[in-house]
Amino acid sequence: MEKMLRVGAAPHIFTKDSTAVIMQDVVIALLPALAAGVYFFGYRAALLAIISIASAVAFEHLWNVAFKKPTTVYDFSAVVSGLLLALNLPPTVPVWIPVVGSFFMIIIVKMCFGGMGQNFLNPALGARAFLVVSWPSIMTSYVNSGAKLIPFLLPDAVTSATPLSGEAATRYIDLFIGNIGGCIGETSKIALLIGLAYLLIRKVITWRIPVAFVGTVAALSWVFAGDGYFNGDWLFHILSGGLFLGAFFMATDYSTTPVTKNGAFVFGIGCGVLTVIIRLIGGYPEGVSYSILLMNVASPLIEKATAPKRFGKAGFKSA
Amino acid sequence: MASILYEVVRLTCPQVGICVSLLIFVGRKAMGISLLHLPLRFPTFTGGVHPDDNKRHTAHLKIEELSAPKKMIFPTLQNAGAPGEVVVEVGDSVKVGQLLIKQCGIISANHHCSVSGTVIAIEPHLHPCGSHVKSVIVENDEKYEVFRNIKPLGHPENLTKEEIIKAVSNAGIVGMGGAAFPTHIKLSPPSGKKINHIIINGAECEPFLTSDYRVMLEDTDELLIGCGALLKAVDASECIIVAESNKKDAIAKIKQNPIYQKNEKIKTAIVKTKYPQGGEKQLLSAVLKKEVPPGGLPADIGAVVVNIDTCAAVARSITTGMPLITRVVTVSGGAVANKRNFKVRIGTPVADAINAVGGFTAEPAKILLGGPMMGVAIHSTDIPVTKGVGAILALTEKDVGIKVTTNCTQCGKCVDVCPMNLMPTIIDRYCENFDAEMLEKLNIADCIECGSCTFICPARRDPLQRIRTAKKKINAFKK
Repeated sequence: MEKMLRVGAAPHIFTKDSTAVIMQDVVIALLPALAAGVYFFGYRAALLAIISIASAVAFEHLWNVAFKKPTTVYDFSAVVSGLLLALNLPPTVPVWIPVVGSFFMIIIVKMCFGGMGQNFLNPALGARAFLVVSWPSIMTSYVNSGAKLIPFLLPDAVTSATPLSGEAATRYIDLFIGNIGGCIGETSKIALLIGLAYLLIRKVITWRIPVAFVGTVAALSWVFAGDGYFNGDWLFHILSGGLFLGAFFMATDYSTTPVTKNGAFVFGIGCGVLTVIIRLIGGYPEGVSYSILLMNVASPLIEKATAPKRFGKAGFKSA
Repeated sequence: MASILYEVVRLTCPQVGICVSLLIFVGRKAMGISLLHLPLRFPTFTGGVHPDDNKRHTAHLKIEELSAPKKMIFPTLQNAGAPGEVVVEVGDSVKVGQLLIKQCGIISANHHCSVSGTVIAIEPHLHPCGSHVKSVIVENDEKYEVFRNIKPLGHPENLTKEEIIKAVSNAGIVGMGGAAFPTHIKLSPPSGKKINHIIINGAECEPFLTSDYRVMLEDTDELLIGCGALLKAVDASECIIVAESNKKDAIAKIKQNPIYQKNEKIKTAIVKTKYPQGGEKQLLSAVLKKEVPPGGLPADIGAVVVNIDTCAAVARSITTGMPLITRVVTVSGGAVANKRNFKVRIGTPVADAINAVGGFTAEPAKILLGGPMMGVAIHSTDIPVTKGVGAILALTEKDVGIKVTTNCTQCGKCVDVCPMNLMPTIIDRYCENFDAEMLEKLNIADCIECGSCTFICPARRDPLQRIRTAKKKINAFKK
């Protein structure tokens, strides 16, 4: 009898994308931000990123070994999480901070809930929130850019406030290119925009969440952030803090955001509203990370409420 | 300098932003037009995917006649619905166009001999469905003598409505786009439902396939005569020939034809090139801007969708009297070098079509009947070409791609592409932990099994396969 051919159910062709390719694309998109961080804060930023990524990958592998499962580190999601965590750390933190953060991020937030795609919080933001409440002084001491921090040496306390706390006068061009104090990855807006463009071109994310998030922050801060109404400095509000990093890379995380198109708008607008509320009325200068975490928890509800309209129930379509 | 620029941006953007959003909002809600969809774009449905269409290999090649081999196989099941009843016996001598298998039951179709020769066996034979189906096996004497009863019925314009439907039914015409639904049933809608629009489906959205495109270019006359016959058969007000935007030249050819120019009821339309544009619900939503209600048929919105090759077959069955015994098949894929568009006599085994293009030049990973998105993978080449087979594709490992499944990342791409507005990722979850009640709430029965979700999934999961299994389970449960 002739050799039997292989069969299988249709479809027989697939997109060239895969989980690993998408995750690698996110890493590539984050590289400009990391490079800017290293340029402005010195090689210590690179060291923190390496420690964070290595420990994230190691924890995920150890978890798989401990539970006798095939290792999942090759999907690159741990690399993305580790890099994002590092970009969310101030460059002055001691080197054990990213290790502890990675442990919380990978083991508690991600693997305990079933691994990639099953976590209900953004792992990197969950870890950041954990670190901020546990070691608030370490996590909020920022250093001015151009500090050229040296690896393995704890820096002198040349701390500065983030522009959002309203103490430092800042030139807008510095805000845009990243010549300010802040976390490693959040300061350079131009680098983050390059990353966003790459993600959009590669169709890793859609424009909906970033545009809704940034647009809402701009609109609300224009209306409410100034003296009186409708003259707030909205450009300052969108260029400062971690808004771009959050809106482009954290709020677009697949597993913790709604899968529906309209749900993405609701999610982005919700993040924007919460961010502005925390910034303007809350007692904390930056609200991006907490607003994303709060909306992460709401995303299953948003998904349910924004399910697409059943085909054939819409009647006439508008042209 | 920078600060001046900053001031300009800061002061003008809110006003511009408000104006633009108002325009989009008012444009959409009040005037019924969307500024996000420019009029220059071709109409289409929501969702869908863009696989590499791979039509460049065969689109320029003329249809060639494929000579029939010695042994021809005619399965009793070449249509959606019930298999037919064999009306010949072993040893009978049969002619071209002679009835071998008679329709049996309401949804069924006649099947005819495509060669002349002797019936050598009536036995179960391998079938595209994967198992054995009762088939008539005919030894070809290569004389191609035509059956005595075959004679032209005249021009469709001189026939009545009933005569046309009868002719279609006698000729054993089924939908040649893949589903093989008997055409005469489509043409007799349930009472109370009026068909206003006939849509001739030349979308051919499946990658690799060029058979419908070649028919549009080469058999334009027959196609247009078929349109006239169908218009008369259901008494419709218009007949729209639709092709995707990558087949504009075929539409241009049709427009030059005198039959088209004389008949005002025949129209053409071009839709966007996107898979599954050729699904009948998707096509209607693009062309007529109407959606078929859930669980309904195109007849519910006053339309019927007929494939290009089927329409030409209708014309042939009337003008020549010859039943459906040939069809155009694209032979393509990475594993064959000489890709071709063949006119194949129905019943020809796949192996002969592949030998005719010089066999394989690379190790085939899968051989498909039909397109790569919805076609059937076959395990042996001793399977005949049936009426619904538009292509024989020999795909290599490279075409098929590697499959490494990971966790679902909830990226939502399947939700974006689903042409039926379903949420495959969530349905997939309930299929894995089978929950019939939730699945029905998620409208699992609406799934048209186009495979867009499985195609797009970066985690290489297979939502469609799980949906198919779950649908079967639910149906079995209901019975």
